[in-house]
Amino acid sequence: MTATPGATPTIVLVGHGMVGQRFLEALAERGLTATHRVVVLCEEPRPAYDRVQLTSYFSGRTPEDLSLTDREFIRDHGIELRLGDPAETIDREARTVTARSGLVVDYDVLVLATGSYPFVPPVPNKDATGCFVYRTIEDLLAIEEYARTRATTGAVVGGGLLGLEAAGALKGLGLDAHIVEFAPRLMPVQVDDGGGAALLRTIRDMGLTVHTGVGTQEIVTDDSGAVTGMKLSDGSELATDMVVFSAGVRPRDQLARDAGLTVGERGGIAVDEQCRTVRDPHVFAIGECALAADGRVYGLVAPGYEQAETAAATIAADEAAFTGADLSTKLKLLGVDVASFGDAHGTTENCLDVVYSDSRAGLYKKLVIGADGTLLGGILVGDAEAYGTLRALTGSVPPVSPESLVLPATAGSGAQLGPSALPDEAIICSCHNVSKGTIRGAVTEHRCTTVPEVKKCTRAGTGCGSCVKVLGQLVDAELEASGVEVDKGLCGCFSQTREELYETVLALRVTSYRELLDRHGREGARGGDGCEVCKPAVGSIIASLAPTIGASGYVLEGEQAALQDTNDHFLANLQRNGSYSVVPRIPGGEIAPEKLIVIGEIARDFGLYTKITGGQRIDMFGARVEQLPLIWARLVDAGFESGHAYGKSLRTVKSCVGSTWCRYGVQDSVRMAIDLELRYRGLRSPHKLKSAVSGCARECAEAQSKDFGVIATSNGWNLYVGGNGGATPRHADLLAQDLSDAELIRLIDRFLMFYIRTADRLERTSTWLERIPGGLEHVRDVVVHDSLGICDELEKLMRAHVAHYRDEWAETVNDPEKLARFVSFVNAPDTPDPVVSFVPERDQIKPDLPLLNIGLRPADDVLEGSAQR
Amino acid sequence: MTLAVETTDLKVQLQLADGWFTVCDLSLLVPGRGVAALLPDGRQVALFRDRADRLYAVDNRDPFTGAAVLSRGLTGTHQGRPFVASPLLKQRFDLVTGECLDDASVRVAAYEVRAL
Repeated sequence: MTATPGATPTIVLVGHGMVGQRFLEALAERGLTATHRVVVLCEEPRPAYDRVQLTSYFSGRTPEDLSLTDREFIRDHGIELRLGDPAETIDREARTVTARSGLVVDYDVLVLATGSYPFVPPVPNKDATGCFVYRTIEDLLAIEEYARTRATTGAVVGGGLLGLEAAGALKGLGLDAHIVEFAPRLMPVQVDDGGGAALLRTIRDMGLTVHTGVGTQEIVTDDSGAVTGMKLSDGSELATDMVVFSAGVRPRDQLARDAGLTVGERGGIAVDEQCRTVRDPHVFAIGECALAADGRVYGLVAPGYEQAETAAATIAADEAAFTGADLSTKLKLLGVDVASFGDAHGTTENCLDVVYSDSRAGLYKKLVIGADGTLLGGILVGDAEAYGTLRALTGSVPPVSPESLVLPATAGSGAQLGPSALPDEAIICSCHNVSKGTIRGAVTEHRCTTVPEVKKCTRAGTGCGSCVKVLGQLVDAELEASGVEVDKGLCGCFSQTREELYETVLALRVTSYRELLDRHGREGARGGDGCEVCKPAVGSIIASLAPTIGASGYVLEGEQAALQDTNDHFLANLQRNGSYSVVPRIPGGEIAPEKLIVIGEIARDFGLYTKITGGQRIDMFGARVEQLPLIWARLVDAGFESGHAYGKSLRTVKSCVGSTWCRYGVQDSVRMAIDLELRYRGLRSPHKLKSAVSGCARECAEAQSKDFGVIATSNGWNLYVGGNGGATPRHADLLAQDLSDAELIRLIDRFLMFYIRTADRLERTSTWLERIPGGLEHVRDVVVHDSLGICDELEKLMRAHVAHYRDEWAETVNDPEKLARFVSFVNAPDTPDPVVSFVPERDQIKPDLPLLNIGLRPADDVLEGSAQR
Repeated sequence: MTLAVETTDLKVQLQLADGWFTVCDLSLLVPGRGVAALLPDGRQVALFRDRADRLYAVDNRDPFTGAAVLSRGLTGTHQGRPFVASPLLKQRFDLVTGECLDDASVRVAAYEVRAL
């Protein structure tokens, strides 16, 4: 079968990866899709996806989330995308490509973007059951399946970028993970020995086992041919249930070899500066399969994109050339920042190093400086905050001394060199090659006023995303410079920040939202009904300060009721079908058998789904609105109270069993966790607050991932602040060491009240710490050294909170007027909501989701369109 | 939408195809919050009262999730238009027209409502 050759010339693209997709976009931008037939032969069963973010599949991104291809783009440009139908042969004389399906396509221009394949060292049994590579979504699916069903231990061969990601993924799947790296350090390409050492310590602290300086000699299997271990070059044997090879990639050039095109000695389709193959002007090669004119194969996406642009420009008969690219990279590997840029290894003659190293904090920063003071390159491990600025300064003499660029800001003398110091030609987004001047132009000439607009206009920040922070700073600076006032107001109703509103409420003793809106709101918002942003935020401020300003601390009292988000209003957590979940407080995670039984009985009697939470308590799902007071009444009778799982307030204080039971424990962590949870329960704050107390340095309670975490020492307690888990994990910073019980509590009182006072709405302590000027050092000055003289007031506010705490559930079940609100229908109090219905699953209930689809739901295409916001 | 006088014995009524349907006492509506009502045909309506005592009624079912929860959303004013934000995924709906402020292609039914 032969595809009909039309009058229009045909471009055939072989391979639909990231670079292939970018090439298609470049064709469309140049109008070539209108004048050409474009056929894409893609081997994988799915269109182009973000391979750089592949590992994020394990943190919950679905293959759909990773997709880079929108169907409309393909359709609107008339591109014939053939999935699962790779090119098998090229006949350069006849100018045809034959696909696996038998389809033969004539081409005028052929573009090879076949990418690379994972290198698997030629060791015995490398293909055994339980051996994997780490390259495609399908690989990940296979690894996940095997890890879940057949493995408890996993080893990754290769300690480079992908190897570390793969090891992190195995660990995330619950495996005991090992990394085997032949070189003497991790990430040998990007970092030097010092950086590798810093990285090694941090990775080991995460619980991964690292073997450097050893090679893999043989994969050991059992009788069935499944992996049981591997033999290493130092004579040792490592027991493992699965092996993931991640020892580098090689260009996929077999198709080109078979077609008689020139390939390099170590692989790669040889191309000229226009990305045209050196032997055939009708054939181009771009991305990881190409051997560029400078003799290198580029394995990064940014140079691949540049090659895609070059090839498209050349096809459009525009002038373009790819002469080589910057290999700078910034990554977050297993939560550790790693960046290298320019001449990272100091190969330039007479260059000198400036090194800052803090093994305790896992920091390593090196700058390579030329004899004349020019910044040539560098390596950053543990903190790559300055990467955007430093990379852009590379090649020039920095305006401040080099050592001040690597010293941490908290050391006092670190220079805060912002992006405003950069020249206009500095490249901010290296994925899309966008300069600072272009970004400024987007603001000044194209009138963009927000980061998303600038991203859309310039494409900056839409690649790996590592420049988005610098982008935001540039946009703000440019807007301010051009006289546009950057509106830092809370919402359309208030021009003040949350912090300013807090100060207003406290200073003027404002106890009513309406009064605040009518007196202090924006002109047009006064007298109105506010909005869903400021109402809960102001409600939270008033609740935090209630005892001090003379407001009711009960969130359902009077006007307060109308301000609360639905969760706070119903004192429970709304779930997807309109039912609620109920979480009683279990302080410190300690619970007596009798109380466990009560929870079990209540869940059984009301037919609730139960699940243990990450915060050491029990969540009961599936309660209807009208059941909530009945459930609370039984819980309150049994001595339980609200766990505030619904509020922007203290959630839980986790604990390990501590010195009472554990042979390693050095303090009674359970008692401290209970004390803290009972002290801060019900405290309304800008966002939720989580805490934990560990009884020794082994840190079983994971206190360093909490807003405030406490770790026992033989001399007392260490207090950590600003930690976070979730989507943007952050290790907490040590605020103070070896505190007595009283010192610890006093310091937490001050810290929490200072946070509540100065944080933005929905700003966790982790982002707050990074945002406020001066960062951790400033917070330490304020709450430890009382530099602002406000500590007495902060402590007083907290004492007032503690003294006035009341259980919201008990208060509600004892108030018949409030109880009247807990009905599904105001005109049919005894009728349950028919949409809230359940079906069985694994001996419990789950929401009857198909039921939600019946009724007035809009058509599917409407849903898809709106889901992207 | 009708202006209502603050009196305790007023009833909230909805305009249905076959005339006015009495839902409940006006005093059961707290300004700034909603309640849900069940119609004779099984449909659900979310009723709201704003701080100026104006009344609004829209379909209770959130078209983005299918759950009957709009009555539990937060209300507000956006460029002079009263709205309720869905408590699930936060899309806002104009309380007078039922139009979704975040996606003009989606709307919920709006009802005439009065206090009498």
